[in-house]
Amino acid sequence: MKSKLNLDPKVVDSARQHAANVAHDMQKFIERHTTVSTERTILRLLGVDGVDEVDNPLPNVVVDQIKEAGGLPTGAAYWMGNAMVQTGKTPQEIAEEVGAGKLEITKLPTCTQEEAAAAIMPIVKQTLAHIKAQTAKRNEYLATIGEGKEPYLYVIVATGNIYEDVIQAQAAARQGADIIAVIRTTAQSLLDYVPYGPTTEGFGGTYATQENFRIMRKALDEVGEEVGRYIRLCNYSSGMCMPEIAAMGAMERLDVMLNDAIYGILFRDINMQRTLVDQYFSRVIIGYCGIIFNSGEDNYLTTDDAYEAAHTVTASQFINEQFAVLANIPEEQMGLGHAFEMDPSIEDGFLYELAQAQMAREIFPKARLKYMPPTKFMTGNIFRGHVQDALFNLISVWTGQSLQLLGMLTEAIHTPHMQDRYLSIENAQYIFNNARHLGEEVEYKKDGIIQKRAQDVIKKADALLAEIEKEGLFSTIEQGKFGGVKRPKDGGHGLEGVCTKGDNYFNPFIPMMLGGEE
Amino acid sequence: MTTCAAATTQVDLTKVKPYGDTLNDGKVELAFTLPVPYGEEAAETAKQWVQKMGFEEPNVTYYHELCPGYTFFVVYGSATATIDYTKIVVPKVDGEVFDRVECGEWIGENIGRDIVVVGASIESDAHTVGIDAIIQMKGFHGHFGLERFKNVVAYNMGSQVPCEALIAKAKEVNADAILVSQTVTQKDIHIMNLTKMAELMEAEGLRDKMILTCGGPRISHELAQELGYDAGFGPGKYAEHVMSFVMQEVKKRGWEKKAKIEDR
Repeated sequence: MKSKLNLDPKVVDSARQHAANVAHDMQKFIERHTTVSTERTILRLLGVDGVDEVDNPLPNVVVDQIKEAGGLPTGAAYWMGNAMVQTGKTPQEIAEEVGAGKLEITKLPTCTQEEAAAAIMPIVKQTLAHIKAQTAKRNEYLATIGEGKEPYLYVIVATGNIYEDVIQAQAAARQGADIIAVIRTTAQSLLDYVPYGPTTEGFGGTYATQENFRIMRKALDEVGEEVGRYIRLCNYSSGMCMPEIAAMGAMERLDVMLNDAIYGILFRDINMQRTLVDQYFSRVIIGYCGIIFNSGEDNYLTTDDAYEAAHTVTASQFINEQFAVLANIPEEQMGLGHAFEMDPSIEDGFLYELAQAQMAREIFPKARLKYMPPTKFMTGNIFRGHVQDALFNLISVWTGQSLQLLGMLTEAIHTPHMQDRYLSIENAQYIFNNARHLGEEVEYKKDGIIQKRAQDVIKKADALLAEIEKEGLFSTIEQGKFGGVKRPKDGGHGLEGVCTKGDNYFNPFIPMMLGGEE
Repeated sequence: MTTCAAATTQVDLTKVKPYGDTLNDGKVELAFTLPVPYGEEAAETAKQWVQKMGFEEPNVTYYHELCPGYTFFVVYGSATATIDYTKIVVPKVDGEVFDRVECGEWIGENIGRDIVVVGASIESDAHTVGIDAIIQMKGFHGHFGLERFKNVVAYNMGSQVPCEALIAKAKEVNADAILVSQTVTQKDIHIMNLTKMAELMEAEGLRDKMILTCGGPRISHELAQELGYDAGFGPGKYAEHVMSFVMQEVKKRGWEKKAKIEDR
């Protein structure tokens, strides 16, 4: 496809190569380490679920016991496999005994790594078969009842009560939404465990739990069949439990998950070593089961200036793309993020936003680009806000974005009311339909404002990526190059949950998932 | 102040009501949802409800089914209620408001040392947008943040900061003022968080040794005072408003030579 922005393919290739080198460099670090959340994920995939009598999730109870005994470098897969060999019980039964204080999993006689691996293999295969069946179910729905056109209309529900969320989500689907995201309760990202069971209390959102996933999945399948459109479910594989929530999402057929290689570091002050190791396993799972991940570049623009820092968004998109390549995620599942967040008082701001969105589309032609609405400059003037959202919708359909998180006219006032969602959906449907093929009709003036802006941003992104490659990702983040936020390598939450792998460590899921095995 | 039209001279300020295009027409637009099935009965229900609210001649201009059982309305009506404008009292933050450069100069001339502030979005609130708008160099909407002020040292601790950690930092750096930001207001979580902060300050015996302020999109000076804060900053307030208050308060309290908390 000819570039409408007259982008120099050499600059694009150079930026991508720098990002690939950054990711490869980091991957060496990642492969030497594991984390408590990675190990808990293995247990969850082996069927461990539930809580002990004081509501500690059993995956935490078991991993904590292994960690305290110094057994983490060997990995939970070995200890669980060994316990199966020694006791003849299932992982769930073993975890329950650990939870009841009846068993110390590291104090049993030990078998060889091969024996432990052989013991868990039937369960590994069973889990992978279950996940593949969920993927097949999604594909079957898409083939039979179909789906909405891109840009998909993506809305959030955030009542705090999963049953109330169901009502809001079904209403939104009937109004035309294609994707429902259940916003998590404030502060869940910093919990070092995943809560259990259905939940009805939350602030600014609803807990991500496996049971809540199941409840919402069922509700969306029902309403999808009713409206004749598959309704995608979105949640957050981010924070301290990235891979665990990815695993839950894979098992319960989520379709979209927020998942960014560096978001947690910058915006939740999670330790960078922890996040980078966690993001790898989470992305391997996401790639395997057909979930579209959404990266969080839009957030840089809430702390940094959208006009001046546009190149950091592009640079981060390249980095997120290359980390995803290493996790074997197909381009069609890469929901690289960006946002319409420039100060509306900038002269020609619309042209710069258009340049950025068009550029993202050209650089990542097959990606499922996720476009985020104005939030920072929404004021409580709902009438003006509705117009800002309209301009955002126009750029989206014009430049062929894939996932459109709908702006709400009441942004900055409250979490959306039912009527806010309707007005937003109506706004987007009107503009998407009315301007459907605008992009195919319009070209940009050679060396005009739009072309020059895009060329300038990609050049700066390339330069930034060259610098990151030279200095390394850790050091770049320490210096505050992304989002204007500085984070120390040994600071933040969750560093104590990172450890170096021992010689005999193994995680059976990563090689099998990367190989696409069933 | 200039006024728009001659008609405003005829306004009876003791009996004010909304203005559409004619004085005292009382015109108001309303948009709301009722949990009733879409249909003519729904429209009639909306009309009667608006009437019961005290509006005359309610006119349902638009209604639409949101989903089975819920109907959305746009309704116009003429208000009958009036308010006596001459009796209105709004608590406001005391003192003059200076711009960024003036603040820096004022501090240099009147305080003679740096003013130290520590800010954070506390407890469960993960939003940095408010505290960043006030502290970060870039500020917001063309209003630079405190990091760009002369004679001001500002620490931004970011979001989800426990009250205890914020107080510990304020003690460590001998802060003159603490700036607490709250964005999430669902189920009044901001009230709970702000109250906790004020109570902890009291319990630690620090309440009169530091200036305590809060801000956020749903915070007013009045609410802040009710919760035991010295000042509150809502929408449309920027770094210069916060610093103008803080520096004049430092002067009022005679802390010019009391950079250390133990001296206050």
